[in-house]
Amino acid sequence: MNTSDSEEDACNERTALVQSESPSLPSYTRQTDPQHGTTEPKRRRHANSDTEAGHAARGGVAAPRERDSGPVPDGEDEELTVKYGAKHVIMLFVPVTLCMVVVVATIKSVSFYTEKNGQQLIYTPFTEDTNSVGQRLLNSVLNTIIMISVIVVMTIFLVVLYKYRCYKFIHGWLILSSLMLLFWFSYMYLGEVFKTYNVAMDYPTVAMIIWNFGAVGMICIHWKGPLQLQQAYLIVISALMALVFIKYLPEWSAWVILGAISVYDLIAVLCPKGPLRMLVETAQERNEPIFPALIYSSTMIWMVGMANPSQASDSADRSADEEVRHSEDVILEREEAEPEVQMHRGQNRSYSAEEELEEDRGVKLGLGDFIFYSVLVGKAAATGGDWNTTLACFVAILIGLCLTLLLLAIFKKALPALPISITFGLVFYFSTDNLVRPFMDNLAAHQYYI
Amino acid sequence: MAAAVFFGCTFIAFGPAAALFLFTISRDPLRVIFLIAGAFFWLVSLLLASLVWFVTVQMSNKESSSQQKALLIFGVVLSVLLQELFRFAYYKLLKKANAGLLAISQEDTMPISVRQLAYVSGLGFGFMSGAFSVVNILSDSVGPGTVGIHGDSQHYFISSAFMTLAIILLHMFWGVVFFEACENQRWWSVGAVVFSHLLVSCLTFVNPQYEGSLIPTYLVLCVMAGWAFSCAGGSLRNLKLCLTCKDKDFLLANHRPR
Repeated sequence: MNTSDSEEDACNERTALVQSESPSLPSYTRQTDPQHGTTEPKRRRHANSDTEAGHAARGGVAAPRERDSGPVPDGEDEELTVKYGAKHVIMLFVPVTLCMVVVVATIKSVSFYTEKNGQQLIYTPFTEDTNSVGQRLLNSVLNTIIMISVIVVMTIFLVVLYKYRCYKFIHGWLILSSLMLLFWFSYMYLGEVFKTYNVAMDYPTVAMIIWNFGAVGMICIHWKGPLQLQQAYLIVISALMALVFIKYLPEWSAWVILGAISVYDLIAVLCPKGPLRMLVETAQERNEPIFPALIYSSTMIWMVGMANPSQASDSADRSADEEVRHSEDVILEREEAEPEVQMHRGQNRSYSAEEELEEDRGVKLGLGDFIFYSVLVGKAAATGGDWNTTLACFVAILIGLCLTLLLLAIFKKALPALPISITFGLVFYFSTDNLVRPFMDNLAAHQYYI
Repeated sequence: MAAAVFFGCTFIAFGPAAALFLFTISRDPLRVIFLIAGAFFWLVSLLLASLVWFVTVQMSNKESSSQQKALLIFGVVLSVLLQELFRFAYYKLLKKANAGLLAISQEDTMPISVRQLAYVSGLGFGFMSGAFSVVNILSDSVGPGTVGIHGDSQHYFISSAFMTLAIILLHMFWGVVFFEACENQRWWSVGAVVFSHLLVSCLTFVNPQYEGSLIPTYLVLCVMAGWAFSCAGGSLRNLKLCLTCKDKDFLLANHRPR
């Protein structure tokens, strides 16, 4: 999928980390320019943003669109490309790292999230307190199947809702889930933190804190707010959701679910009949923005004019970021979980033909990705207490993200962000825990250094 | 014990490296990425070494402590060799990537020079190596306890911190020298780097006699520092100019005549 941008675009940014193997790149520029009149670029841009948005969703990463800029020479362009690409990678590294740090810090200090008192989600009904290994494995696989099916059903439900234009329903759903996340879960979290540090607190103060936190969060997420505050809220709710998963998913089920979710993500984003893809195509057909939700966007997009007739509303333009987060909130409700994330992938920005002020679009990453990365690292921190394992998983996930962004730059279409990172993370978790840990422990006992 | 030891040892072990990261690497996203990639390569080398060690331990007699110790020493040597091998592999990968970028861009300048890559990758290796060596020890130092209550050395924490500091800086210098040697095909330099790494690791076998391991390690550190400085293009003249604020970069930045 290529962006065809008209010549009047002022900015030229490429966010490819590495330019694709295109010696033909110069000719591409020359070729496409003359082909587009004023209406087409607009249409193409919509399509492009939708597709990107669609793919970005939960497991996706969307590259900012590319623009051609006539005057900029190719070589300099390439260098700029690499630098911009690297900048975007870092723009995603920082929030992912922050989210993981919050989760690991909480897991290590607040014991509530590692206590297992037999409570489980209704999506994972099979208990793992069985005697034989085989039975336990079977139960975890069954739990995974149930969880993934729930997710698939939810995604399809959302796609159907979207297809039949039930925007109000979706909106309401998102608001409800973000309410729950911002108020209830953060209240629980605050309570546990106070318990851990033995802080004396009264209800009126807590009410005020939670009310302020939640209200500002709702406004930032669904309406307008400073970019960094929005991003901070996004990170916080991803961390909260990850903590909930870490607490309530049984041990083995969590690992199997992580693996299965990556596979599902791959399928949903890349297969022609995947729900996410269908969602994107529907949005494309209608030429309207997909519900932006559950997506972390590293930059605010400045929109000049509005060409989006959908009732996602003009507020959707501004609230693109918020909705992104919003849809993420949906994940809070167990029912929605992933499907929601996938559904609301993609930042959809409407473009008008006369828009020239588009800033560097940054990169978008679905909040579901944040959540699952944090679940992996959090579980590594929770089980065993070995910091080496946590560090190894952290580095593995970052490298996976880097590779995904590299692929994104090469293929220039939205890709699932989970598979590579989670695979690396899982491989490194199990190998570090079982192989590296005894080795390093022995070395440390004798104070040998390698 | 507790907070004082924890913070003290953390700052000793990671202070200089963190300062290097903050002032020279954190501003440039490309360098950060290569740093993390370097850390990843070190991790993979450790993984392989641990795998081999684990397999040999499973096959050996677990009761005999001398055999276990011998296997551990073998593990250390193998790990060092693998680390250097992966450093070479990282060098090759970076050259290929740079060559690719250069071919595409048709420009003469690469976004990041080989020397910067050498520095950044060395530091990446160092960070990961230092972190894996010392983080568990640091987390234990936060809690209550008495060091060396069973007759072991009481200087466990602080010596670990100093050793880690030396290792991190050494990795950085090794990286610089190694890449420079590979660029100029000077294989004896590569051999010297590998040898000095082996030397430093083997010196730690005399722990807890820290005089025997820490002092020679720091001597090696000074030698490598000088070597890396000259490999990176430094000289006494440059150093003098820099210290008296008469070097070109400083003058240009401050618009002063020479």
